[in-house]
Amino acid sequence: MIYDVLVGPFLEFEFMRRAWIGVLALALSGAPIGVFLMLRRMSLVGDAMAHAILPGAAIGFLISGLNLFAMTFGGLIAGFVVAALSGLVARNTELKEDASLATFYLVSLALGVTIVSMRGTNIDLLHVLFGNILALDNRTLMVIAFNATITLLVLAIIYRPLVIECVDPVFLRTVSRAGAPTHLAFMALVVINLVNGFHALGTLLAVGLMILPAGIARFWSRDITGMIAIAVFAAALSGYAGLVLSFHAGMPSGPAIILVAALLYIASVLFGSAGGLLRQWFPGRHLEA
Amino acid sequence: MRFFNLTAIMAAVAFATAAGPVRADERIEVVATFTILADLVRNVGGDRVEMTTLVGPNADTHVYTPSPSDARKVAAARLIVLNGLGLEGWLGRLVKSSGGAAQSVIASEGITPLKPSHDDHDDHEHGHDHGHAHGDVDPHAWQSLSNVKRYVENIRRALAEADPAGAETYRANAERYATRLDALDQEIRSTVARIPEDRRKVISTHEAFDYFAKAYGIRFVAPQGVSTDSEPSARDVAAIIRQIKKEKIPAVFLENISDPRLIERIAAETGARIGGTLYSDSLTDEKGEAPTYIDMVKHNIRTIADALN
Repeated sequence: MIYDVLVGPFLEFEFMRRAWIGVLALALSGAPIGVFLMLRRMSLVGDAMAHAILPGAAIGFLISGLNLFAMTFGGLIAGFVVAALSGLVARNTELKEDASLATFYLVSLALGVTIVSMRGTNIDLLHVLFGNILALDNRTLMVIAFNATITLLVLAIIYRPLVIECVDPVFLRTVSRAGAPTHLAFMALVVINLVNGFHALGTLLAVGLMILPAGIARFWSRDITGMIAIAVFAAALSGYAGLVLSFHAGMPSGPAIILVAALLYIASVLFGSAGGLLRQWFPGRHLEA
Repeated sequence: MRFFNLTAIMAAVAFATAAGPVRADERIEVVATFTILADLVRNVGGDRVEMTTLVGPNADTHVYTPSPSDARKVAAARLIVLNGLGLEGWLGRLVKSSGGAAQSVIASEGITPLKPSHDDHDDHEHGHDHGHAHGDVDPHAWQSLSNVKRYVENIRRALAEADPAGAETYRANAERYATRLDALDQEIRSTVARIPEDRRKVISTHEAFDYFAKAYGIRFVAPQGVSTDSEPSARDVAAIIRQIKKEKIPAVFLENISDPRLIERIAAETGARIGGTLYSDSLTDEKGEAPTYIDMVKHNIRTIADALN
């Protein structure tokens, strides 16, 4: 009975298996990125970037139709341009990075919506941009897996400076000049994972599987390795549970996945062992060495 | 509303004074609500009519929002051709507010309307919440050729009344067009006859093909329990797959699921063939696959036959 509910859908339907694999790949690469975003207080940057990639994807779609690579590539370019421009303005003028990013992503979003609406009447591009985890064909899966692999590789390379920059950027600046390239590489990873996310969850929710697991992990671990492991696990669990929920309750799968993650988040806020509310209200006996 | 009225009246006045008397050849101005009707009128009216279409190629007549320039067109028209059966819910107000004195003709008058078989109007092809004002009859009567012959006759009569001098031309044109419709009807029937009987069914979210289905004996099975908004749930997709497998449906026409990858997934998992695009509510522009009504019907039957044979 429980077996039928939890495993049955995946045995009976290939699209469920593919969705599960896709979610797993997203969890593996997106959740660590989310943890770093959170540690650098850039959680909302992810959201802004998600909107910024819209016009690129739209242009990709206009040029070559529903071509996965064109749309991914366009999204990547638009994301990079917005990230670079806002960084440039922030570094050379009085405007802070958050304000200039907000400006550029809004411009980008407006451009995207304009391009979308200029495209005839019949095909609703927004539906296309609303990715669908249930429709992962081979190529989409390959793209997602490829992006996830790249992410993990690059993350392994820049791990050390990235961690140091998260906790003590001034120190990093004094001992190394890796700060700026690390930051750029990291922003590139953010964009890659957002593009990954929108294939599966759509532009609006692409950030969800990055940020929410990071928030969850923050309540269970204080060290960065532990956080990353827990975030990946939480993301994979949300993906699985969301798919099962979508299958049995008929909820749209993207939102279902994010809502499960939100439930996990609420539970973590309450019961988390590292700074959860219950722990704060009823602290255990102080351990003495 | 007031602004709308004013613009319309001003525009109408301007139009009447400027364009009216200049016209040397007495072409009569006819407004059709959407492309299919416009094509029929053009075939009957020939050179004697000046056609204007409110809802252009590829656009959706159900949810159309008229613009001030439409009011101008309506005000200037001698004859307005509409489908009726609740399709153009927006037209009544437009005609009133435009202040024109055009005759209107309901092209579908005299046909036997069908009740809509799809109760759940949410799953219209594009999946929007349309606010469909269909009411209790299915307006897509033009999908059956015998109905369209009726349309043509209604249009011919209305044109002849509006422009008695051309009555003879209209009669000849209508007769010629009716012959072509008869030939097309025969073509459809023989095409359907070549499809094995147990394969004459497709799964489709098109609610526009009930008349077609009834006239030519191809079943359009609606996917069950699917309310397709922007994103179908895993349960919806699973239900469609199970249904296709169970009823052994050979082809899918699921255009309201806007993500083609999802349709490919469904096809891959069921072994059903993916049908091409069916045109139901609107013609395409000149370069498209269905620039005229006859092209549209030919395209649809060919697409269906390709998917089923």
